[in-house]
Amino acid sequence: MANVVILDYGGGNLFSLKIALEKVGLSVTVGTSAADLVEADAITLPGVGSFTASLERLDEVKDALRTKASEGTPLLGICIGLQLFFESSEEGPGTGLSFFKGSVKQLPKTKKIPHMGWNTLNLIKPNGLLAEIKEGSYVYFVHSFYPEPKDASIICAKTEYGTIFTSAVCEKNIYATQFHPEKSGETGLKILKNFARIVLR
Amino acid sequence: MPLAKRIVPCLDVDHGKVVKGINFLQLKHAGDPVELAKRYNDQGADELVFLDITASNEKREIMRQYVEGVAKAISIPFTVGGGIRTVSDARNVLCSGADKVSVNTAAIENPQVITELADVFGRQCVVVAVDVKRNYNVADEKFIFDTLEGKVWFEVNTFGGRKPTGIDAVSWTMHAEKLGAGEFLVTSMDCDGTKNGYDIELTRAISERVNVPVIASGGAGVPKHLYDVFIEGKADAALAASIFHYNQYPVPIVKDYLRKMGVTVRQ
Repeated sequence: MANVVILDYGGGNLFSLKIALEKVGLSVTVGTSAADLVEADAITLPGVGSFTASLERLDEVKDALRTKASEGTPLLGICIGLQLFFESSEEGPGTGLSFFKGSVKQLPKTKKIPHMGWNTLNLIKPNGLLAEIKEGSYVYFVHSFYPEPKDASIICAKTEYGTIFTSAVCEKNIYATQFHPEKSGETGLKILKNFARIVLR
Repeated sequence: MPLAKRIVPCLDVDHGKVVKGINFLQLKHAGDPVELAKRYNDQGADELVFLDITASNEKREIMRQYVEGVAKAISIPFTVGGGIRTVSDARNVLCSGADKVSVNTAAIENPQVITELADVFGRQCVVVAVDVKRNYNVADEKFIFDTLEGKVWFEVNTFGGRKPTGIDAVSWTMHAEKLGAGEFLVTSMDCDGTKNGYDIELTRAISERVNVPVIASGGAGVPKHLYDVFIEGKADAALAASIFHYNQYPVPIVKDYLRKMGVTVRQ
């Protein structure tokens, strides 16, 4: 069975992601160090926390993560995990993992912040992660910041909340969602099932 | 499509069993939390709230067990509240799989706990619950509202709605937002259990003054009540218990109704 490592950088609720990944047939371990990543068939960067604090905690695994990424290991970033894949963030100082060019911006304050609840996906390009997901599917969001990629070709889906923002990206083996698939009911489980298929491929 | 309005079944839990009272009293047995949670998840509920009313030493262990069971059974977000007073209480339920914690009495007694929780877990994890009763003895320093029943201000009550505090719910929520509250769960004690509809004035008063989501609670009897609190009350989410527990108006029926009335709800 393929082993997915959930990277624990103090981001809070890892339990629901762990359960959801197990439901779609993956074996899951929680990792905190570079050594924990060596044998990983896939790596996920979960949920919540702030950009700068998360980066600090990621510091010692950064190089290992980059190595795994360049070797083709599937990576899935969720919410703050997605934001860490970019270069910088308006939330705080620090250089992100920079798998993707671009920065992370604050949602406009014309709406209630955080953007919390169920919103729809406008699918932009076909990709393995969102395979068979229907246009307009509802997924669960909890965030105050969103990514602004420099390279539009990585954009998989967009969502509207005060502005139209990028809600899913992918390039080669690196996938990321601004929403929480592990909290997005049937649609979310399907997305994780797709990720499992990518891992097992 | 705009952000969907959320339908939130609430489960009051005592010693690991779901109960439901009328006007915060007369507890009546209604079922197993994991079973009900699974049913609501499958029916298309958008989120769940568990309020634990157990007062006992084994409370933490009981909570940990059913929170874990619920987390395994569902794939939508859920909040756990009831007797959460410290970061360590919150960690206990969040590490068992809950997505958010709600604080009520503890936040009134020690508002700093809101900031502590937000700093450790992020503000999106911190729901501040307020139990509110209308007070018709209007005083100068309160937010006063004109209602059909006369001039009124909204008073915060603590300890499961048993203790009036003299605190204005509108001022309190505005202050709590600054301290780090990520969402408000506003329960009208006047309406709770009556099935006559939510307190629209109360919900709107708070929703218009804070910049985080507001969950309206107390009084849902028919689907129209949810429509009213979304449209007139400007609620972001509507919580209800008995209309769902006894299958009077299952979640899909409520959603169909709202959709027909032009409210955006998740399919």
